[in-house]
Amino acid sequence: MDFGGINPVVLIASLMVAAVPIMLAALGELVVEKSGVLNLGVEGMMIMGAICGFMAAVHTGSPFLGFIGGAAGGAVLSLVFAVLTQGLLANQVATGLALTLFGLGLSSLMGQGYNGIKPPLTGAVPFGPLRDIPVLGRILFSHDWVVYFSIAATALVWWVLKATRLGLVIRAVGENHDAAHALGYKVQRVRLGCILFGGAMAGMGGAYISLARVPQWTDGITAGAGWIALAIVVFSSWKPWRILIGAYLFGGISQLQLSLQASGSKIPVGYLSMAPYLITILVLVIMSSGRAKASLKAPAALGQNFHASR
Amino acid sequence: MEGLTKAYPGVVANSDVSFTLKAGEVHALLGENGAGKSTMVKMIYGLVKPDSGRMIWKGAPYAPAEPRAARASGVAMVFQHFSLFEALNVAENVALGMENPPPMGELAARIKAVSEEYGLPLDPSRMVGDLSAGERQRVEIIRCLLQDPKLLIMDEPTSVLTPQEVEILFKTLRQLSAEGTAILYISHKLEEIRTLCDEATILRRGKVVGTCTPRERTAREMAEMMVGAVLTPPERAPRKDWGDTAPALSVKGLSVASPIPFGTALKAVGFDVARGEVLGIAGVAGNGQDELLLALSGEIRSEPGMVTAAGVPVGTLGPAARRRIGFVMAPEDRLGHAAAPDMSLVENAFLTGAIRKGLTRRGFIDWAATRDFAEAVIRDYDVRTPSSGAAARSLSGGNLQKFVIGRELSQAPEVIVINQPTWGVDAAAAASIRQAILDRAAAGAAVVVISQDLDELLEVSDSFAVLNEGRLTVPRPVKGLTIDEIGLMMGGAHGMEVAHHG
Repeated sequence: MDFGGINPVVLIASLMVAAVPIMLAALGELVVEKSGVLNLGVEGMMIMGAICGFMAAVHTGSPFLGFIGGAAGGAVLSLVFAVLTQGLLANQVATGLALTLFGLGLSSLMGQGYNGIKPPLTGAVPFGPLRDIPVLGRILFSHDWVVYFSIAATALVWWVLKATRLGLVIRAVGENHDAAHALGYKVQRVRLGCILFGGAMAGMGGAYISLARVPQWTDGITAGAGWIALAIVVFSSWKPWRILIGAYLFGGISQLQLSLQASGSKIPVGYLSMAPYLITILVLVIMSSGRAKASLKAPAALGQNFHASR
Repeated sequence: MEGLTKAYPGVVANSDVSFTLKAGEVHALLGENGAGKSTMVKMIYGLVKPDSGRMIWKGAPYAPAEPRAARASGVAMVFQHFSLFEALNVAENVALGMENPPPMGELAARIKAVSEEYGLPLDPSRMVGDLSAGERQRVEIIRCLLQDPKLLIMDEPTSVLTPQEVEILFKTLRQLSAEGTAILYISHKLEEIRTLCDEATILRRGKVVGTCTPRERTAREMAEMMVGAVLTPPERAPRKDWGDTAPALSVKGLSVASPIPFGTALKAVGFDVARGEVLGIAGVAGNGQDELLLALSGEIRSEPGMVTAAGVPVGTLGPAARRRIGFVMAPEDRLGHAAAPDMSLVENAFLTGAIRKGLTRRGFIDWAATRDFAEAVIRDYDVRTPSSGAAARSLSGGNLQKFVIGRELSQAPEVIVINQPTWGVDAAAAASIRQAILDRAAAGAAVVVISQDLDELLEVSDSFAVLNEGRLTVPRPVKGLTIDEIGLMMGGAHGMEVAHHG
């Protein structure tokens, strides 16, 4: 069952893995943006998560603790962003971009001496005989826990935002911070929490790259995954389930181009590897033009700083 | 309330203010813009802390640290600028203002029940962004009612409502006060206060200057207490015949589509305005007023002959070109359309004054001249601001309106187009704005005033027309026009009534 040397079952199974880092990061960023904060530092937080997670896993020998370390690394970096934008009211776009540059540099410095080391492996979840079901077993039951975690996280984020008081407050703060403040909600505190959550999720996504997907440490290992995550948040028009679809779509495209390269396709490699990025740009252009724009429904206070002056 | 004082850097918003409020009483807090009414109620609602003085609530000291605490003691507030979230639905908005909201399904049922009980129909699942101003206010009121308040604070609730909506609101408020809820009602609309309120406390520049029983006073007496001076109705110089062959502004068969989503297209609008004449255009908001202003200002282009100035077709000219030949415009939306919110008053003065006041020199901005121009406007129109360098956003609505109108009227205009000249402006300032418009007309400008306030239009206009669903009635002279005739002109316009506004 091969098409031009590509097995669709293997392709689907591997795109689910390929989608995990951008999905986790995009989910985190979704919550951040829902609270009205635009953190463009996703790439930086991801790569900090990648190196911190890698170090934690190598030193403790536990891949699970590695992911925790990755989340912590991302969260600590996002705390810098939170202090600058929420405390000192710095411009969010500039701070986010600076965060990415800072994260790339710092991770490279911290990663000195970790090149070429193998991290402890994250094994697949033992589903026993379920794994042997033809087609479905390979697609659904052959992955490590983080793949299932990313799907569960999508459901959780969706449920919290839609059905809980906490989610309502987050959306309210992102929609109209002045009104939220007038009703007595702590705008900055809510945003701080969301930024930390976003950092932790991005860090975990980064750790997945260095611990499971690659698995090793090299400089600049995230290779733009953070930017794709940012694009997916817009592509999903701030809806968690669409993040899942978007991440699988982009995961699929990047996996497909790898498979195409491997199967010796006649299309030059350069075109194949730029395909995901090209499609990101295309999607954003289509979605932000004309009538589609109105249905985007970005949080109204996105990117605006709040200061309780009156 | 006893001796409350709140000082802000540079201004003392409230100084030693005291008053008392009984259960079931409707108490008015009356004052001009910047008199400290809003600051006062923010202290009661726990949004700002008083610097000194104390509040007593049902015999016990009361000092709410935050709105949550105020709500817990039974104080609820309806805000001047709605504290609503457009992208959330009605039930979610209500839930955000409650301490312990019930599950959504139950809450929706309660919203329905309460809204019907008080005659304020509202569908809990609708998005607030799709609601009208009156419906939005209902959301706020119902949010308060669901918490069974003992004191309801209303900060200028009627400034955005149609007369019918005001009527419904008053009915609700009377029902509430009959049930024993105390209501603190903030407004500068004197007629409203006379029909609704039992007692009034009048503030001026942060101090209590008097108390009265509104029913026993005339609106004029209260206005004079509020302003601290005797008010004079605008004076009108006798019309002069300028001997022009063509009217200063002539609009013929103006039909343009609306650039505003859900806007109203203009359909064959036509009128003439001569020099020295004031044309008043009435109508309920959303019937093409914004579009008419855009078409006259040049933001919407039309066929050349649809708009002519002194016989010259200008329909295809843009705003800057029209300013050059003597047009000035003051749109309704002050923040964002009439003024750039985050720019200083000097910069805002430059934005429309550059052409007519010659504020550029060889392509560079002449800052000294611009500052002089801005400061002249601030002085002549009594704009209260710390300095001409203050951001437009930091001014109160009425003060910014004075600045915007003053900036336009000071440019020696030939044609003046103003939408809602006194919206949100207190009585004294409104009178001075109207006087300034009449003075400009007397100096030879053709004036078009678009307003929803019939009393205002009848006071300033020479001729009167009604805009209804994009169509304009034939203008008629105001002199000899009876209320019945106006009613007929309004025709389909869903009943605007006279004498609702003070």
